[in-house]
Parts: sequence; C-alpha cells; structure tokens
Amino acid sequence: MLAAIGVGSLQELFERQIPEPVRLGRALELPPGESEQQVYEHLRALAARNVSAEEELSFLGAGMYDHYVPALIDMLTERSEFLTPYTPYQPEISQGGLQVMFEYQTAISELTALPVSNASVYEGPSAVAAAAYMAKLHNGGRRIVASAGLHPHTLQTLRTMAHGFGMEVVEVALCGDGSPAGARVTDPERWARAIGEGGEQVAAAIFAQPNFYGAVEDAAALSAAAKAAAATGPGAGGAGSGSPAHGFAPVVVCQVDPITLGVLAPPGECGVDVAVGEGQALGNRLDYGGPSFGLFAAREEYLRRMPGRIAGETVDVDGRRGFVLTLQTREQHIRREKATSNICTSQALNALAGVVYLSWLGRRGIVELGELLLARTHYARETLAALAGVEKLHDQPAVREFAVRVDADVAAVRRRCAAEGVNPGADLHALTGREQDRGGLLVAITERRTRAHIDRLAEVLGAAVAAERGARVAA
Amino acid sequence: MTETDATPLQRDAARTIFQKGAPGRRAFVCPDPGVGEVDVSRLLPERFRRREPPRLPEVSEPELVRHYVGISKRNFDLDSGFYPLGSCTMKHNPRLHERVAALPGNARLHPLQDGERAQGALELMWSLQGALAEIAGLPHVSLQPSAGSHGELAGVLLTRAFHEDRGEVRRKVLTPDTAHGTNPATVTMAGLEVVKLATDADGGVDLDDLRAKAEEDVACLMLTNPNTLGVFDRNILEIAEIVHGVGATLYYDGANLNAVMGLSRPGDMGFDIVHFNLHKSFTQPHGGGGPGSGPIAVSERIAPYLPVPVVARRTGGEGNGASGEPAFELDYGSGTVGSKTIGRMRGFHGNYGCFVRAYAYIRSLGGNGLTDASQTAVLNANYLLARLREHALAGGGRVGELLPAPYPRAEPSAQGGQLCMHEFVLSGGPMKRALGVKTLDLAKRLLDHGFHPPTVYFPLLVEEALMVEPTETETRETLDAFAEAIAAILEEAAKDPAVAQSAPYTTPVRRLDEVAAARQPVIRERLD
Repeated sequence: MLAAIGVGSLQELFERQIPEPVRLGRALELPPGESEQQVYEHLRALAARNVSAEEELSFLGAGMYDHYVPALIDMLTERSEFLTPYTPYQPEISQGGLQVMFEYQTAISELTALPVSNASVYEGPSAVAAAAYMAKLHNGGRRIVASAGLHPHTLQTLRTMAHGFGMEVVEVALCGDGSPAGARVTDPERWARAIGEGGEQVAAAIFAQPNFYGAVEDAAALSAAAKAAAATGPGAGGAGSGSPAHGFAPVVVCQVDPITLGVLAPPGECGVDVAVGEGQALGNRLDYGGPSFGLFAAREEYLRRMPGRIAGETVDVDGRRGFVLTLQTREQHIRREKATSNICTSQALNALAGVVYLSWLGRRGIVELGELLLARTHYARETLAALAGVEKLHDQPAVREFAVRVDADVAAVRRRCAAEGVNPGADLHALTGREQDRGGLLVAITERRTRAHIDRLAEVLGAAVAAERGARVAA
Repeated sequence: MTETDATPLQRDAARTIFQKGAPGRRAFVCPDPGVGEVDVSRLLPERFRRREPPRLPEVSEPELVRHYVGISKRNFDLDSGFYPLGSCTMKHNPRLHERVAALPGNARLHPLQDGERAQGALELMWSLQGALAEIAGLPHVSLQPSAGSHGELAGVLLTRAFHEDRGEVRRKVLTPDTAHGTNPATVTMAGLEVVKLATDADGGVDLDDLRAKAEEDVACLMLTNPNTLGVFDRNILEIAEIVHGVGATLYYDGANLNAVMGLSRPGDMGFDIVHFNLHKSFTQPHGGGGPGSGPIAVSERIAPYLPVPVVARRTGGEGNGASGEPAFELDYGSGTVGSKTIGRMRGFHGNYGCFVRAYAYIRSLGGNGLTDASQTAVLNANYLLARLREHALAGGGRVGELLPAPYPRAEPSAQGGQLCMHEFVLSGGPMKRALGVKTLDLAKRLLDHGFHPPTVYFPLLVEEALMVEPTETETRETLDAFAEAIAAILEEAAKDPAVAQSAPYTTPVRRLDEVAAARQPVIRERLD
C-alpha cells in the first residue's frame, strides 16, 4: 500500500503532513489494549458496582422512569439496518430509516394533537430551550416566561441557552410557594401578570404538564391566560407590535410527559402552540440519563422554523411512494449561519424505539396504561399519606408521580430505606434548592411497581420515618 | 423501467404501520392494576382528561415485527457494505459495546441514583474524561453535550463566558469557508456573528485573510484540523499565535479527530476548546441519525466555565469507603473546574450509554491501538486516493484526470504526488464536462454497485465535490473494489452517460422528487 502511495514508510506519511512541533512524538498515556473478553470482564465489574432498578425496589423518577421496555425493541434497535447507518443523506438506500421518521412524526402528532412533529431532538430540557429559540425566531421576543413547575434541569438549561440566544428567563412561582403547604401548580395570577408585564418582549410562555411535582396543571387555563394577558398587556396592538395577525402573542410551550397522554388532555386541545418533552419513557432504557430523545411538535405555522430533521413523503421517478429529508433549507448544512438551529445528529435510534413502543401499546393500550398508572399512583399516594409523619405535598391530580413531605431528614430516611433495598424516590430539595421543598420526596410509579411493591415501600418508608423521628425525640 | 424489471423490494409499495392492522388488534397486554376498584374519572377531573384516544396503530406483535424487519431491509447499513461518507467516520461498530451497554448495571441505572451506589458508572465517566483529556492534550473534560453540534454550542458559550468574565465584548467568530455547517449555525445560536475566512492554495487557512480579520473584537476561531479537505493545516502554530495574540480563543471541531489520535493533539496545537464526536472517532453506532455524544475538553483558562456536573475523584479524604478506595462523585464546581459554570446544557449527565461504548473502545485499543487506528485511517485514505488517481480507464486516461483532488496542491518534488490525512476531496468538475455525468449521478450509480457514496457537494469550495473517508476498518480488498467500481462507472458513462444520469435502478426506490416534497410538505400519515 505504501508503494502505491509512493512513500517509503508510514512515518513519512505523517512527517510530510504534520509539522514536527505539533507531532506528539510519544505514545498516548493510556493503558495497553485488551482482548474482548478482558474488556467485557472489566466493564461487567464496573456495572456490578452500580445499584440499578434490577437490584433494588426503585421509585426514582423526576425526569426518567423505569418503564418496561418490550423485548422486540431490543431486537429491532440491535438490527444492523437500524443501528449502523448514518443520517439518511441518500434516500434511495435509506427508506427504512426515513419511513421510521415519518411514522414517528405521525405518532407524536397524534399523541400531542398537534399537526407537525420533527424527527426528534436530543432530550427533554434542551428541547425546551430549542422551543424558546424557535419562539424568538417566530415573534422576535427576547423574554421567556417559565413556570417554576418545570424540571430544575429544564430551568437550568433554559438559562444557559438563553444567554446565548440573547434572551432572559423570568420564572413564575407556583401557588403556595414560600409556604410548605402549597398547591404546587403554576400561580395563574402571577403567570398572567408576568406575560402581561413583558408585553411584546415575551417570546415564549412555558409550563410543564404534569409539572415537576407530579401535579396536573390546568393546561387549557394557562394557555388561555397567556393569550389573554398578551392581548391586554402593554404594547398589545400598539406600534411596533408586528403584524396584527401575530400581534404580540407569546408562543405557548408545554413540556409534556408523553406517557401520560393516553389519559391527559393533549396539548393541541389545550391551546398549546408547541409541545416538547423527554421521550425516554417511551421504550427507552434509563441508561443513567441518556441517550433518549426529545420530542418536538407544533402547530402548522411553526413548521418552517422548527429545528431538526423532518421526513416528508414524495414519489420516485417511477411513481413509487418514498420518503426524503425535507424542508432542509431550515438546516445548518444548507443554510449555515442562517439556519433555524445548529442540530445535526439527534436521536434517530431512540425515536425508533419510541414509535415501536407506541405501536406496541397501540390506541387502546396507551389509555389502559395511563389508567393503570393513575390507579396505582393514587393507591401509593393514599397509602403513603396514611403513614405517620408523611403527608401529601399537594392535592392536585397526579398521573404517575407525586410528592410527599416526610417529617424527618430526607437524606437520612432515604439511607434507611436503601439499607432495606428500597429507593423511595428523589430528594426534592436536593433537586430544586427551594426552601419550601425541604422534606419533600418525589415518588414515581410505573407499571413495573405492583401493589405489593407499593406496600413494601410503605412499610419501609414508614419505619424509616418513625426511626428518624424517634432518634430526633431521643436527641 | 417496466414493472417486470422491478426488484421485489421495489414491487413492495411503502405502507406505514398506520396503514396496517385492524380495530381491536394489539400487542400490549396491560397488567391488572391490582389496587381494587378505582374510579378514574374521580382521580382525573373531566376537564383534564383526553376525550378521544390518540389514533395509534392497532397491530399484533407478529405484524409489528414483520413491519419493522421489513422496512429495515430498505436501509443500507455499515454492516452490509463500504460507507466512505466523508467527515462521518463510518468505522466498524464492535458488538461487544452493545453487550456491555445493555448490562442491567448500566441500562437500568437511574441517573438520580445516589453517587455511592453508582460508583461503577462514575468511575467509568471519570476514566473516560481522563482518556479524552489525554487524547486532546487538554486537562479538563465535560461529557455533557449530546452531540457534536451541542458540544460546539457549549464551546462558543464557554468562549463568551471567558471573555465576558474579563469585561470584554467580542462579537465575531471566524470560521473558514471549508467549515462544517454546524460551525456557523452554532455561532448564530450563541448570539455571535460569523466572519468567513478564505482558504489558501494549499487548502489551509489563508494567513493574510486571518491577519486582516483577527481584530480585538474577535471572540474565537473555529477550526477543523485536518480540515474538511483532508488537509492538515501546517500553519497551525502560527494561526494559534495570531488568534491568541488578539486575545481570542481557538476552537477545535473534533469531527476529524480520527486522523490524529496519538499523532498530534489539539491542545498541543494551541486549541483552547475541543469537541469529540463519540459517534465518529469512538464507534458509537450512528443509529441512522443518532444518538451521538459530544464531550468537550478545555484548557485551564476555560475550565472555570465548564458545564456542571463533572465527575471528580476523591482520594484519602472524607467520603471514601472504609477500605480507603477512591470515591467518585458528581462535582458542581467545588474547585476551579466549573466554579463559574455556564450552567447545564441538558438534563442529567449526558449520553451515558455512549460513554460506555466509547470507553469499551478505548480499553480495547489502548493508547497504541488508537494511534494505530489513526495511522491506518490515513494509510487507507492515501491508498484509495492513489488507486483512484492512477487507475487506468479502458477508453484511455486515468480516473484521476476525471476526478482530480484539487487540495492539497501536490508537491512537485514529491515522488508519489499529493497526500491527504484520513479523507480526501475529489472534484467531479472534469467528469461533468467530459462525460456529462455529475457528481450526483456518480453517487447514485454507486448505489447500484452496493456502495454507500461519499459525502457529495461538500465542502462548498470544491466544484462537484466528493468527500471520501474510508476509515481504518476497511480492508485493502474493499478499497480496491471501490476504485474498480468508480472506474467502471466512468467507463460506462463514456459509452452511455444516460445510464448514470438515471441511476439508481436496483434500490428499493429510485430517484425521489425532493422538490415536490418541500413544496407541499406531507410529514405525517393522513388517517382520515
């Protein structure tokens, strides 16, 4: 091969191209290579030092959930034809992947009751930031009004990105914030006021459904309030407010939990303009936080400003139905600095898992699963709230996650539970940093947690709280 | 083509899962809630409830399996054949990586699991951070960004934070005209302004243009090295000096890192910020468009602004196990790293599943193996470039005359002519003029030969560009076969250009009407 190239040695190939001062000139300081078997044993040993949902009874959620992933998803996502291609730049030999995108877009559109969906973005929190950026492109506003009911990681990601976008984030407190016994839903008055005061500066008004505390928000009321506040706020219809058709109207963005949409009113029927969310619950594993996918759906008028890949239907020269990446003039590889987003590689394989999962559940299954989650969550909530030293943090309806307050140090309670093989849920205050969340425990229920599991949680949590309270009295 | 000529896949009209099944069919069997009679309408008031179920498919499991296995066969994939897609590094994806990523200790590990009960995951992330730092020649790493473009966005935000912390307002980011589209798109998203740099005759940054544009209001130069022409910029140290001289930072787009692992390090070239594409250089399978993972490595002066958390190791202090083993933990800026963080780029810790695969790859190859991988990638690219250049055509002439590589300029003294790094760019211009066959036609005809075409029409400054990246995991036999196929297509075109102009013929669908798709977008199945 060297002779064909016309160089005498491998070394010459590099010496002629890389100037001497920037050649490394030594071996990388990394351990020597190992055989497949050795690497397997090493990684197996590392994995064995993690306590997964396989080894403990886990009620952790707060953004990622231990739902059952059907076996056929493993089989399909491991197929070479789906696992190993690149982005479908050559549509004639990528019809499988493109059709999956088209089907995925259809499923997400149906689920959210919004007409257009892209083929996925990275994950939940950055999807919310992407929606805020699209809102700025749409109406020119620079302010993001964000409910405090959004996931803390979402709020943090929004702030990081907003700085780059040239936007600011105004957080709207929840009802009862500042007092321990709040309702933990977005305060409608403060919500309307923040949007009204921002006037035409408000690009997007964003809330979560259900919110971070597991509380079901009145999505229709929040959407309507956002539009109404905009219509009456400063600058409404006045000079500089843009075309009357758009006027000054914030884009209403809802961060949804897609697995609840069999039972919860979909964003498209609640006046929401853009629905985004974390897709992990739909057929993707926990994977210590990723990869999963972000869903992104919207009303028709946003189609040409959406980020990410979009598959569209067309025909070939012989008239056969086929699929292509479409509306690519939005994208970075065509439009460069004028693109609507910089996203390139996103989460195609995870989105495949998502659409296979939704097809597996089917039209009736997604409703049945939602009702199962509602029922078991209700049972768990009432069972825990009946324990001494445990109370509900809010009374709002909850689908598959709820918050309680324990009358003890949460970290200590969680340690006691862990010793019994139970992970009772996430420490709310550790995640939000909000004073009123001290003592809060966020408990997630999936279909994998049975009544017996919930009873076991109650037993272990009750004992742990009692022990901590006893220790406090003794002290 | 007549229908009798059509292949079985072509005769099989595309029908989506939404067009299959029948009312009442299902795959999922819902478990019994087992918590007694529950009145759902009491748990969820009417105004919050969905009225009509979403119109998801109603199919049985066998239908579901047959549908998706069926459409999978309408994909070409890396396991089936050569995939020399330039700047995408389509190297083999070892199946060991899928096996270890699927271990329950990884796959079912919740991201909020307490640190002391996720020590294996944290150690893996810490080790990967260290390995990437060594490969980049930069001390600190954040694994958080989800893909290359997300890493770029983090990098430009880091640059902004760095300058703002010094009270400086710098609005401009220099990007060469050969840059990946994500570079300028990222600059706009990060609120800065793109200033284009010209390319010199050797394919590197035009130094005069750089000197003219490197002013005090420049925040950063984003560079890929080797660049998208497959050219290693020999002036890199001088470029770094000019950029640092005006107080700007130097950003390394790691899309082409596969050329230089263990051979040359971005940190040693003077770069401040580097992103990696774990789905390119480190074998994360691309999945038909993701998932990817885009960690970043940074210099000491950028480290305070890194996204948090990063993984830290504590030794000999508090929090260690009784045995005195080191303990790993998520760190939110307790030390210098991340102390003035730009914040989070996303939820949780990044695409951990990709970290597992990348770490397995690094363990498998080791330091010398990674160097060997890059050397072989460069060797393969040069071999293929030479084979194409010299390949004689039946009607006279050589492939290289119809498909020349305009960059780098060949050294007249060099015996074998021009060299490239891990990829090279050919121009289809002479072919188009001589044979009437465009780069697109050549690419489509390659599909009939069972090859994935190279990246086409990029970079923009090469006429009718074909960007070829063979990677290190291809054999000499495959490279020879690809060169033969190119030659055969050119010979065929010399006789009858119409064959290539109407290609492909054997794929599940033939050329598709992309213009119609964009004019009247149909982006979901109609269910009415």
